[in-house]
Amino acid sequence: MPTLPTAVPLSWYLILSAILFVLGVAGFIFRRNIITVFMSIELMLNAVNLSFVTFSYEFKQVDGHIYSFFVMVVAAAEAAVGLAIILTVFKNRSTLMIDEINSMKY
Amino acid sequence: MTTVFFLIFAAIAVLCAINLVVQKHPIASALSLIGVMASLAVLYLQLGGEFIFAAQVIVYAGAIMVLFIFVIMLLNAGAETLTFQVSRFVKYLGLILLFAFLLLISFIVQAMLPKTEGVVFGAFQGGTALEVGRKLFTSYLLPFEVTSVLILIAIVGAIVLARKEV
Amino acid sequence: MLLWLIPIFPLLGFLANGIFGRRIPKALINTIAVGSVALSFAWVVKTLLALDPIETKYVEHYYTWIQSGTLNIGVDFAVDRLTAIMLMVVTGVGTLIHIYAVGYMEHEGGYYRFFAYLNLFMFFMLVLVLAQNYLLLFVGWEGVGLCSYLLIGFYFSEQFATTAGNKAFIVNRIGDFGFSLAVYLIVRQFGSLDFSKVFDAAKGMPVEASVGILTTITLLLLVGATGKSAQIPLYVWLPDAMAGPTPVSALIHAATMVTAGVYMTARSAALFIKAPISMDTVAVIGLATAFFAATIGLTQMDIKKVFAYSTVSQLGYMFLGVGVGAFSAGIFHLMTHAFFKALLFLGAGAVIHGLHGEQDLRQMGGLRKQMPIAAITLLCASLAISGFPFTSGFFSKDAILVAAYARAPWMYWVGVLTAGMTAFYVFRAWLMAFTGEYRGHAHPHESPLVMTGPLMILALLSLGGGFINVPHFLESMFVEKAENQGLAWLSAGVGIAGILLAVLFYVVNRGLPESFAKAFGGLYTLVYNKYFVDEVYDATVVEPLVEGSRTVLWRGIDAGLIDGTVNGVGRRSRGVGSILRLIQSGNIRSYAAWVVLGSIVLLLAIGFSGGLR
Repeated sequence: MPTLPTAVPLSWYLILSAILFVLGVAGFIFRRNIITVFMSIELMLNAVNLSFVTFSYEFKQVDGHIYSFFVMVVAAAEAAVGLAIILTVFKNRSTLMIDEINSMKY
Repeated sequence: MTTVFFLIFAAIAVLCAINLVVQKHPIASALSLIGVMASLAVLYLQLGGEFIFAAQVIVYAGAIMVLFIFVIMLLNAGAETLTFQVSRFVKYLGLILLFAFLLLISFIVQAMLPKTEGVVFGAFQGGTALEVGRKLFTSYLLPFEVTSVLILIAIVGAIVLARKEV
Repeated sequence: MLLWLIPIFPLLGFLANGIFGRRIPKALINTIAVGSVALSFAWVVKTLLALDPIETKYVEHYYTWIQSGTLNIGVDFAVDRLTAIMLMVVTGVGTLIHIYAVGYMEHEGGYYRFFAYLNLFMFFMLVLVLAQNYLLLFVGWEGVGLCSYLLIGFYFSEQFATTAGNKAFIVNRIGDFGFSLAVYLIVRQFGSLDFSKVFDAAKGMPVEASVGILTTITLLLLVGATGKSAQIPLYVWLPDAMAGPTPVSALIHAATMVTAGVYMTARSAALFIKAPISMDTVAVIGLATAFFAATIGLTQMDIKKVFAYSTVSQLGYMFLGVGVGAFSAGIFHLMTHAFFKALLFLGAGAVIHGLHGEQDLRQMGGLRKQMPIAAITLLCASLAISGFPFTSGFFSKDAILVAAYARAPWMYWVGVLTAGMTAFYVFRAWLMAFTGEYRGHAHPHESPLVMTGPLMILALLSLGGGFINVPHFLESMFVEKAENQGLAWLSAGVGIAGILLAVLFYVVNRGLPESFAKAFGGLYTLVYNKYFVDEVYDATVVEPLVEGSRTVLWRGIDAGLIDGTVNGVGRRSRGVGSILRLIQSGNIRSYAAWVVLGSIVLLLAIGFSGGLR
C-alpha cells in the first residue's frame, strides 16, 4: 500500500470541492423534482464553502471562514423564500415536475 | 491521521452526493444531503474552522435541512416517475461533459496552487469563535448588518408567499 | 447715397401686399404696389442727379457676406454708367407697367398676389443690376427666375400655365448650372468675385496664359446667358411663358429679366475681350437666334407668340452687338427694345383686354375703329422695331449692324435680312389686327386711361428714345465703333421694304398668305410648328431623363437599394431575434444547461489566457 502523506495536500480539498460542485450541477440539470433541484443547489453551495475554508487555511487568515458564514446565512434565507415559492407553485399547478412549469415560453 | 480521516469523510461525502443525485424519492435525497453536510463539517474541523464546523451542523444540517424535510412531507412529494425527455445520446454526452469539466477544474487547481505544506489538524488556530467574532464585528460589520436585513426580508417574503388566502 | 433704398422699396411693397393683401382694399394694394416702384424710380433719379456726371464707379459696401480663407464676398452695390442706364430702364418701364397692370388685372383673381410677386421681381432685378460681385448678381439672377416661374404660373389652375412655369424654371436652371461653373472657375482663377478685382486682374493677364481659362469662363457665362436671355439652345421657355398675364410678359419677358443675360455679358466685357473665340460664339449664337426666331414669327397666329418670338429675335440682335465688340450698341438696343417691346406687349394686352381674352389674330380685324389709341401706339412701336428712319429702333439696330459689318460682312447681310423679316411679321400682326373687317364675335372697346396712359408714354419713348445717345454716354466704358451712314440707310430701306411687303400680303391681296402657305406646304408646316424643336427636346432629353429616373434611380436605387438596405437591416434583426428567442423555451432545465455551458466556456477562456494571476 502506498504511503499516505502525513499532511493532506490542499489540492485534494479543492478537488473534493470540485467533485461535489459538479455533482450538484448534475443533479440540477438532470432531476425533475423541484425540491431535489433545490437540494442540488444547496450541495453546490456547500462545495463552495469548503473551497473558501480551504483557501482561508492556506493564507492562515480567518476571512474565508467569515465568507463561508455569510454564504450559509444567504443560503438559509434563499431556502426559506425558495421553499415558500415552491409551495405557492404547488398550490397553483399541483405539480412538482419542473418540466411542467413552462408558461414563460416565448 | 489527518489523511486517513480526510479520505474517509471525503468518500462519505462523495457517496452521499451521488446518492442525492441518483435517488428517486426526495426524502432519500434529503437525508443524503444531511450526510454530505455532516462529513463536510468534519472536514471544516480539520481545517481549523471550529466555528464553521459548529455553524454547519447547527444551521445547515439542523435547520435548513429540517425545513426541507418539513416541506417534502407537507407536499407529500412522491417518487419521481421516469419519463426522460432527453434522448440517450444527450444523457451520455452530458455525463462525459461533466467528467471533462471535473478533470479540467482539478487540473487548473493543481497547476495554480504552489506546492506548499499540507493540512494538519491543529496547524491553524485562527478559526475559533473569538477570532471569527473579532473579524465579524470590525472589518465585516457592514455585511453583517446587511445580512440581518436580508434575513428580515426573507422572513417577510416567506410569510407573504406561503400564507393561505383568506 | 443709400443705394440700398432702391431695391428696398419694392421689397417692402412685396411684404406689405403679400402679408396683408387679402384684407386690404384694392385701392390700397394699388397704391402700395405702384407707389413702391415709383418711389424706387424717384430715388434712382435723385441718386443719378447727385452722382452726375458719373465719372468713376460709386460703390457702397454693406457687410461681408462670406469670409472663408482668402475668399471675401461682400454685399456691395455700385453705380456706374452702365448701371445707370439699366436702373433707369428697369424702374422707369417697370413703373409704367405697374400702372398699366392696375387696369389690366382689374377683374382677375389673386389680385394682391400678382402685385406682390411683381414687386418681388423688381427687388431681385434691382439687386441683379446693382450688384458688384458675381455672387450677388447670381442672387438676383436666381430671384428673377423664381419670380418668373411664379408669375408665368400665375393662373395656377390651368395646366399649361403651370407646366410653362416649370419649363421656364428648369430650362433656366440648366443655364444657371453653366453660370455656377463659371463662378467657380472665376474664384479659382482670380481668388475673388468682386467685379473690380476680377476685371483688373483679367486686364493684366498675358494673352497666352489667359486665353484658355478665360475662354472657358466666358463660354460658361454664355451658357447662363442663353438660359436667361432665351438664346439657342435654351430659348424654348419664352414662347410658352406667354401663358402668364400680359403685364408679366411685358415686364419680365421683354424689358427686364431677359435682358439680364445681355447686361451680364456687357458687364463681363473685360473677360470677353480677352477671349476672341467666345466673342465669336456669342455673335454667331445671337445672329442665328435672331434669324431663326424671325422665321418662326412669320407664321404664328397668336399675337403674343408673335411678339415672344420677336423678343427672342431682338435679344439675338443684342447678343450679336455684344459679340462683335459693340457693347454700347448692344446696351443701346436693350434700352430701345425695352421701350418698343414693352409697348407692343402692353398694346397686345389692351387688345386682348378689349376683346375679353381673344388672342388669335384670325379673330381680329379692323380694330382701329374701336381702339384708336391702341392702334396708334402700336403703330409707333411697330415702326420702331422695324427700324423706320429716326425711330429709336433705327439708331440702335443700325449701330449693331454697322459694327457687325466691321467684324464680318456676312453677319451684316444676315442681320439685314432678319430686319426685313422683323418688319414684315410685326406689320403682319398690326395689319391683321387693326385693318380690314372684324372677324371675331366679341364687342371690342377701348381700354381705360390707366392702361392707355403708359401706352402713350412708351410710344413717345419708342419714337424719340433714339436721340438719347447711349453709345456716347458709355464711351468711357466701351470704345465706340465707327459709323457708316451708307450701311445704316441700306438696312432702313430693307425695313421699309418689309413693311411694304406686309401691306401687300395683308391689305392689298388678302389671299396671298394662303396661296403662299400652300405653295411651300412642307416648309410652312415646319416653321409653323417651330421646327419641332420642343418635340425633339422632349424625345432626346426629357423622356430619357424621366424614364431613367423612374426606373433606375427611383425603383432601382431608391426603392430597391436604399429602402432595401434599411428594411433589410430591420428584417435581419427580426430574423436573428426570432432565432435567439428559441432559447426562451420556458424549460428551466435548459436554462440551467445553458448556464453550465457558459461557465465552462468562461473557465476555458480563463485557463487558456494564463489564469487570473
